[in-house]
Amino acid sequence: MTVDQSKIRNFCIIAHIDHGKSTLADRIIEKTGLLTSREMQAQVLDNMDLERERGITIKSQAVRTVYKANDGNEYIFNLIDTPGHVDFNYEVSRSLAACDGAILVVDAAQGIEAQTLANVYMALDHDLEVFPVINKVDLPSADPDLVASEIEDVIGIEAHDAPRISAKMGLNIEDVLEAIVAKIPSPNGDINAPLQALIFDSIYDSYKGVIVFVRIKEGSVKKGDAIKMMATGAVEEVVEVGYFGAGQFIPCDELSAGMVGYITASIKNVKDTRVGDTITLNNNPCKEALPGYKKVTSMVYCGLYPADGAKYNDLREALEKLQLNDASLFFEPETSLALGFGFRCGFLGLLHLEVIQERLEREYNLDLVTTAPGVVYKVFKTNGEVIELTNPSNLPDPSEIEHMEEPIVSAEIMLTKEFVGSIMNLCQERRGVYLGMEYIEENRAILRYDLPLNEIIYDFFDALKSRSRGYASLDYDLKGYVPSKLVKLDILINKEEVDALSFIVHADSAYERGRKMCEKLKEEIPRHLFEIPIQAAVGSKVIARETVKAMRKDVLAKCYGGDITRKRKLLEKQKEGKKRMRQIGNVEIPQKAFMSVLKLDED
Amino acid sequence: MSMKKLELYVHIPFCEKKCGYCDFLSFAADDSEKRAYVAQLTEEIRAQGENYRDYLVSSIFIGGGTPTTLSGIWILEIMNTIRESFIVATDAEITIECNPGTLSKSKIMHIKKAGINRISFGLQSSIEKELEALGRIHTYKDFLQSYQLAREFGFTNINVDLMSGLPYQTVDSYKTTLKRVCELRPEHISAYSLIVEPDTPFFDKYGSEEGKALLPDENVDREMYAVTKDILKEHGYERYEISNYSKPGRECRHNIGYWTGVSYLGLGVGASGYVMNRRFHVEGDYKKYMNIKMQQDITPLYCDIEELDKKANMEEFMFLGLRLTRGVSRHEFNEKFGIDMFELYDRQIKRNIMLNLMEYNSPYLRLTDKGLDLSNMVMSDFLLD
Repeated sequence: MTVDQSKIRNFCIIAHIDHGKSTLADRIIEKTGLLTSREMQAQVLDNMDLERERGITIKSQAVRTVYKANDGNEYIFNLIDTPGHVDFNYEVSRSLAACDGAILVVDAAQGIEAQTLANVYMALDHDLEVFPVINKVDLPSADPDLVASEIEDVIGIEAHDAPRISAKMGLNIEDVLEAIVAKIPSPNGDINAPLQALIFDSIYDSYKGVIVFVRIKEGSVKKGDAIKMMATGAVEEVVEVGYFGAGQFIPCDELSAGMVGYITASIKNVKDTRVGDTITLNNNPCKEALPGYKKVTSMVYCGLYPADGAKYNDLREALEKLQLNDASLFFEPETSLALGFGFRCGFLGLLHLEVIQERLEREYNLDLVTTAPGVVYKVFKTNGEVIELTNPSNLPDPSEIEHMEEPIVSAEIMLTKEFVGSIMNLCQERRGVYLGMEYIEENRAILRYDLPLNEIIYDFFDALKSRSRGYASLDYDLKGYVPSKLVKLDILINKEEVDALSFIVHADSAYERGRKMCEKLKEEIPRHLFEIPIQAAVGSKVIARETVKAMRKDVLAKCYGGDITRKRKLLEKQKEGKKRMRQIGNVEIPQKAFMSVLKLDED
Repeated sequence: MSMKKLELYVHIPFCEKKCGYCDFLSFAADDSEKRAYVAQLTEEIRAQGENYRDYLVSSIFIGGGTPTTLSGIWILEIMNTIRESFIVATDAEITIECNPGTLSKSKIMHIKKAGINRISFGLQSSIEKELEALGRIHTYKDFLQSYQLAREFGFTNINVDLMSGLPYQTVDSYKTTLKRVCELRPEHISAYSLIVEPDTPFFDKYGSEEGKALLPDENVDREMYAVTKDILKEHGYERYEISNYSKPGRECRHNIGYWTGVSYLGLGVGASGYVMNRRFHVEGDYKKYMNIKMQQDITPLYCDIEELDKKANMEEFMFLGLRLTRGVSRHEFNEKFGIDMFELYDRQIKRNIMLNLMEYNSPYLRLTDKGLDLSNMVMSDFLLD
């Protein structure tokens, strides 16, 4: 059953957060059907299969719907989701590569944002046909005409005939559907060429193994074919191919050029199916892989430790499971004097880190201690060796270091005129190097800066938002490494160095951060029977100090009328507090303290 | 069959005026309200008496609030009802809490007549400014009069409550209070330090960082603490519990009962009880309490009943017993639970002895002076996982 490519539209939706991407996606699915009339019959006959699939839900990375257009034909729409965060730039680019066109959703009240722009450029780079849709025209503050001309001026694509819709109210959705048919080109791959399929995502399912999401560029693939992943070299036999229903995998006989669907091949590890890799047939391979494949590298590292040391194995198993679905998650065991056994983990960015941390805590019920996130530094040793440093504790002795380099990103910040001053200040504070500014219209500008990655991984985004009242948006790309004056800041509690609190910082910021760390820790560490000095040091030089005074009294004097229950509750609370402590030398440090130092700039 | 020992706690939730630091169940009320409460309370006493036929009441404590805001006749009525409903030992210790401003000659006559043999005065301080800051209704002079009155009427067992860490209090003013009280030679002195509890006017005033600055600072508070021990010792008072001092043999039996697992029954709104291995509270909502129909089946009376298992019993044995300076007996623990406390609490005991917070003098394990100061910290160690 070969599908007529001229009746297929593969596309994605590009939008800034909150501009209505998922609402529009929901409307598109709602206004179309999931099956063609021909398939509908086939499904009825094949009901057993559906039963078998039930219970497996897919992440909404892709969905296939069928639209009966005004021209009387049925079109297959493959809507491919793109992650909406700068951490996932590479994933976005691979999803775009699986499409032939993109719908650009712009908020009629807010206009274009930096991230939108970045994604549009990325889409244009992939030769996608982009057509705009102006959403939220129902808002009182909507100005679709202004936004239309902004789109034309800034992006340079036609926008005067853009559908003006309200996805929320379901207004003018048909215009979008017709525009998809009219404006997005159909695929035109050679069905008879050797298989060339792009992996744009993969997930692990305990029942089917790894499920690979693909766009067939050329050729076709069916059950029983021996396929080869060109980058990893893995060869597997296809168990099943199919496409995406809403929340279901629907098996079919064959996936051919132009189609979007999935392949299962009893693959055990998502690592073998890297996003961006090309799948071909083992005995009839295509000449070359599709362009653009990159091995993803972690940008941000931190230590993850189980709050309860006995849960180390649980944490390892949870990380392994998450990695099945997330090839960009890196981890390896490490040991901290302060925190015991744990893992050094690598992430695409801070958001990725937070997502993983949250999933570990919620889905796997683990209580975690996270150390300060850091980036990968290059340490050039005097003996010519170069170390890629992900854990500050592994920094060699200063005498062995020739120099160090840190990663730099090129950042684009889109903002309105009134905030230029305060955002430039912010970038200067974060050691940014000003590259330029251009006005994209009278009131809006793009600021370009080179910024050290370690200055933006903590709270740059929050600071940006708060200093621009939410109006500035950020996009960045890793640019490379530059030499930098970096030092390791150590924290000593009661004269003992706490390895889990060490971090690498620019020499000029060391004093400020050290002071803040000490202040924060003073708040977090409870009083003990003795006085506890908290010191921040660079090398052997102490640069900041605070003291936690000794506790002298802790009595519930009155225990009135024999209310023992109240007394017990108080003691239980105290005991619970003790449990959440980490013993460092003689000092008990609450786990919270390890995390609170991540939030130094909040106050 | 020998009778089981039982203590009674009777709660009177009324005060002339609520003090700023108080978070106990108490409020001001008019005579008809008090009358109604006494009626409901005596109903409860009668109903409960039926359930405790095989218990011998060894002590009674009438607390509050301010029990002496009740007229003498009602106090007498409450005591008479207790004697009619329970079997009270002839040598029972029977205490009433008394606000110095509320004691008249006729009232003390009734108290005497009711068979009450111990009076606990809530003096708190002898300095007018400090009393005022606490929101007390009495002066030091009022107290002196009440105290003399109690002595004249033959009360030979008197306690005086004192507080340290008060607004305006200095080490000197506190010393003055201690010395004045010692010279009166009450049999018992309770010395508490002020705890600013949430949901009190004091919390609004002194709970914040700025508010704390208005109270004696930590060093002053420390000194007051030390001074208490020294001055009371000089005057022949022995510390037998974290905050309680007495002349030899005059320890408060009722109070010791709480810490040593004696059964006690709480009577009146919100009162706590511990009988047959269960801890419970009488309904604490005044309106609800007043509407309960008192009958022999007292289940509706209780808002929560907690059954203690062996673990809870062992924990309580430790954290309650350790309030007493005597400490907890290793033999008694072994007899009661069939396990050596040094085995069960090996790590905890070693650690606290090492930190000089505990000491062992066979068969008693007890808190050191330092341990008494940090008792919460030590006691919470004795909660089991």
